[in-house]
Amino acid sequence: MLSICDAYVTFNPGTPIAVPALRGVDLDLAPGEFVTVIGTNGAGKSTLLSAVAGDVRLDRGGIYVDGHDVTRWPTERRASLIGRVFQEPRAGTCSSLTVEENLALAASRGGRRRLRLALGRGAERARLKEHLARLGMGLEDRLGAHVGTLSGGQRQALSLLMATLLPMKILILDEHTAALDPGAAATILALSSEITGEQRLTTLMVTHSMRNSLDHGERTIMMNAGRVLLDIRGDERKGYDVPDLLALFKKTTGKAVEDDQLVLA
Amino acid sequence: MSMLALSGAIEAGLLFSLVALGVYISFRVLNFPDLTVDGSFPLGAAATAVAIVSGINPLLATLIGTGAGACAGFVSAYLNVRFRILNLLAGILTMVALYSINLRVMGRPNISLYGEETIFTPFDGLLGLGIWTNAVVLLAIAVAMKFAVDWFLATEIGLALRASGENPVMARAQSVDNDRMTLIGLTISNGLVGLAGSLFAQSQGVADVSMGIGTIVTGLAALIIGETLLGSLKVGWATLGCLAGALLYRFFIALALSAGFLGIQAQDLNLVTAVVVAVAVVLSRARRKHPLHLRTRLQRLFARPQGQKGA
Repeated sequence: MLSICDAYVTFNPGTPIAVPALRGVDLDLAPGEFVTVIGTNGAGKSTLLSAVAGDVRLDRGGIYVDGHDVTRWPTERRASLIGRVFQEPRAGTCSSLTVEENLALAASRGGRRRLRLALGRGAERARLKEHLARLGMGLEDRLGAHVGTLSGGQRQALSLLMATLLPMKILILDEHTAALDPGAAATILALSSEITGEQRLTTLMVTHSMRNSLDHGERTIMMNAGRVLLDIRGDERKGYDVPDLLALFKKTTGKAVEDDQLVLA
Repeated sequence: MSMLALSGAIEAGLLFSLVALGVYISFRVLNFPDLTVDGSFPLGAAATAVAIVSGINPLLATLIGTGAGACAGFVSAYLNVRFRILNLLAGILTMVALYSINLRVMGRPNISLYGEETIFTPFDGLLGLGIWTNAVVLLAIAVAMKFAVDWFLATEIGLALRASGENPVMARAQSVDNDRMTLIGLTISNGLVGLAGSLFAQSQGVADVSMGIGTIVTGLAALIIGETLLGSLKVGWATLGCLAGALLYRFFIALALSAGFLGIQAQDLNLVTAVVVAVAVVLSRARRKHPLHLRTRLQRLFARPQGQKGA
């Protein structure tokens, strides 16, 4: 469903501050596969997501979604195939638009937007309310509320719904619970698992927490220095716990994980 | 203030409410500080004046003026999205170029429309309103344009435009082409300004190459006064604010001029405008708490329990 082939990205190439962010990443996701990505700061996991989404162009290599070579597609074109939830709740929604208007915008993603009123009536509105009710955040009664008045958790739930409202190929979750309080984070993670499981979505989730990376999805990738360091799946993964990951990281790189957040979170 | 001065102030207010609507789309909705306006306003006037003088139907001439303004907006947007010229500079470049273009269009610094048939002429006898005829026609046009903008911003393209202006990252993730939105938004914005220029020339009976100076500041003044009074979160209120702001602004200017208030004379107009905008910006910062914030007061008056709101 998603293939990343020999991906290279260097920031500020040819300058003294050149940073190689991706150094030959190869990754294949089967349809319906939920992959968690973990790594220390600067390991390249966010760059990898940005490269898939289209915000960062590859210097070398290619990205294929559902058979389309999207390597040269701009972000807005890839959005027809890719749904995305950002780390920052403010980033994924529009404050000055209402809940219903945000959803209407998401409902026309990938299609040709036309000069007709964006907000539906009757049946369409009832359908949106049903979707919102499933989030369990009381948003179904606040269709006309401006998103700027919602809490971070509510915004992120809305963001998740917007990303998955239409049938699409890849769902990208970019540390989408990192900016939330623990309670809201747990709720959003549970919702993410529920929605992806139900729709059998091919998902790429970056997380800062080793715990989350093992508890969610069915395959865990650990990145280090712009490469895929570990790729754990299947029965092997079931036996893993956080200390096992740490030990494996140390064994492979010869260094201990220094990023406290990775261990503690 | 004489009746003539009052009707003149209302005419000017209604004309500038069209500019304010355009400025609302560029500055507020699209978050693009577009200075093309000072050039597209006289361009609309010039194109219409030339068309009328050469015998073209006034309605068609008005459309030509509107279209000319729209083209100017497209040029500014194109400079910005295609060549990545800073938005402010892109507008300034177009504005400066338009000064020469307007002279070329007219072939001389001004064209008189005295005695020509304008879009207002058919209503002269029809309505029997005397000096208020133009004001009534302009009111109809301004209200129609307000609702047209409201409608447009509620369409699928309009929503994409609003998202693009406020949160371009999110807009892209929802498959919105931000460059395309800039092109569409500035074209419509300057189309409205061109329409204002066109109607200005027809109601004043003259198109002048220097009539554009300060248009953007007046438009902003109207926009900000409207926001201060009515708030800006909902499109319908913001566009209503454009009308109310422009009318109030021109009314008080006329009042100050006719009363000889503080010795203000016509040549002080741009200074007064700049001061009003500066004061209005300061006021609007504190508008939530400010007693002038009419909409807050209205809402308190007609407060409904939360959750019952339809949309």
